[in-house]
Amino acid sequence: MAENKGNKMIRLDHLTKSFRRTRVLDDLTLEIAGGDRVALIGSNGAGKTTLIRCILGQYGHEGRLSIDGKDPRKARGEVLGRIGFVPQLPPPLKMPVGELIRFAAHICKSPASRMEDIGIRLGLDFDEIRRRPFVKLSGGMKQKILISIAMGRDTGLLILDEPTANLDPAARQILFELLSERIDQSMIISSHRLEEVSGLVNRVIEMDRGKVVLDDHVEDAVNIAARQLCTVRIGRLEPAFAKAVEEWGFRSSAGGLEWSGEVAGPDRLQFLGMLSRYAGILSALDLREGPR
Amino acid sequence: MKAFLLTARLDMAESFRAKWFVVYSLVFGGIVVALFLFGLSESRIMGFTGLTRLLVTYIQLSMAILPVFVLISTVRSMAGDREAGVYEYMLSLPVPLWAWYWGRFAGRFAVVFLPVFLAMAAAMIWGGLRGADLPYAHFFWYSALLVSLAFCFLGMGFLISSLTRSPDVAQSAAFFIWLVLLMFLDLVLLGVIIQEQAPPEVVMAIALANPMQVFRAAAMMLFDPQLILLGPSAYLILDNFGSAGFMAYALIYPAGLGLVLAWLGFRVFCKSDL
Repeated sequence: MAENKGNKMIRLDHLTKSFRRTRVLDDLTLEIAGGDRVALIGSNGAGKTTLIRCILGQYGHEGRLSIDGKDPRKARGEVLGRIGFVPQLPPPLKMPVGELIRFAAHICKSPASRMEDIGIRLGLDFDEIRRRPFVKLSGGMKQKILISIAMGRDTGLLILDEPTANLDPAARQILFELLSERIDQSMIISSHRLEEVSGLVNRVIEMDRGKVVLDDHVEDAVNIAARQLCTVRIGRLEPAFAKAVEEWGFRSSAGGLEWSGEVAGPDRLQFLGMLSRYAGILSALDLREGPR
Repeated sequence: MKAFLLTARLDMAESFRAKWFVVYSLVFGGIVVALFLFGLSESRIMGFTGLTRLLVTYIQLSMAILPVFVLISTVRSMAGDREAGVYEYMLSLPVPLWAWYWGRFAGRFAVVFLPVFLAMAAAMIWGGLRGADLPYAHFFWYSALLVSLAFCFLGMGFLISSLTRSPDVAQSAAFFIWLVLLMFLDLVLLGVIIQEQAPPEVVMAIALANPMQVFRAAAMMLFDPQLILLGPSAYLILDNFGSAGFMAYALIYPAGLGLVLAWLGFRVFCKSDL
């Protein structure tokens, strides 16, 4: 799939999906090319998850949907073998992490060690969690394991549903690095809010009540793996601010009035959004491109 | 094939960790222990003593417990997995649908059959150690009948799970079906004959269509070959089937019914939303 950069990879032709009498996807016609990194945005009930499940071949529908010319419901193995998927809500699997990885690795014909390597980069300690039930892990750990499974194999399309929702800034930075290594791949990144994923994508599709209301290509200048060196100065000490920037890995100097750290390029908007809550005490802000 | 085996193993491992399996195993293990404790292996009924007597009681109790346990646990876990998003994730991996469905079926079959079988085998071993005569023929036939019964209700459970979307609806449907089958056991059927004066052939057809009744009659036939306990309806069974024919029917029909129901469930599973 990745090798088909520029070709129409996903084709939706008058795709309609209804649950009983409610039309959740309404006559969608859309093409996504190889290499497109799509932000699929919209509020709850817009139809994002239903569209993703149709692409994964999990829902029947009216109209036509093909991935590289194949129907995902009829050619499951071929289509899903090239799609890495991270769901919004981790499934409540009682099996130990090691068993889940082993199962996924066998099914996806990829070495388990490759998936674990991704997890290690994301900060997971497999010696500690291998025997623990998946369902008992924290939200962030579950997310990292699912990302490891999705990215620890050869794929041509990544479908990530709110991938950064449970990740701390450090893990998000690693995720952005991992994504930058697959920059030529097609991606569909679903989110409620554009600012969370805007730095990762080159196309935005907004859905509302089952229809596409915005389909726009965006400037693809941001290096996904770039880091921004940032220094923030504040006028007075504020514990809530200190706590917030510490979560971003910032360290203080000048008696807690100056804070420095790194912000992942695609996280800039989110970081600035956090800073905006403390605009009243900000006295200086320096944000510049750092070394990769 | 590898995906099938992996899924079967995964389902077995998930079941071994589930609370229902612990309860299920304890119930059947507990029955055997209780039968020994209450000296049932020492008692006599219709000339049967020792382990044969114990196995007869055990198999009758299994008939009452196994179907409802298999139905409820199967539909709860299958429909629950779907509702909780387990299907959404696991079926986003490139596992073929047939391997997922039949792998789970095979895994679940092993899990529901093994405790019942192992409890019976443990009774045989324990009885053998105490010097009792070992009724190998009964052990073999009861095991085969239990395979057939488990297969049948597993098929029903899988069909219900494919047809229903929520665990509550699935559980209610499973319980209702079990109740209906229970109602149409011979005691209720006798009542129907007496009250409604229905033709005996109709009543027999209903009885022979009910896998629980078939299991019960076959289990009974092993210690009461003339089916005296069954009353006049025994003539219809013995005249139409003969002993060997009815035993063959009792093995093939429930297992075949289970397979057909499971296959229908598979068709629904493949065609409907996952």
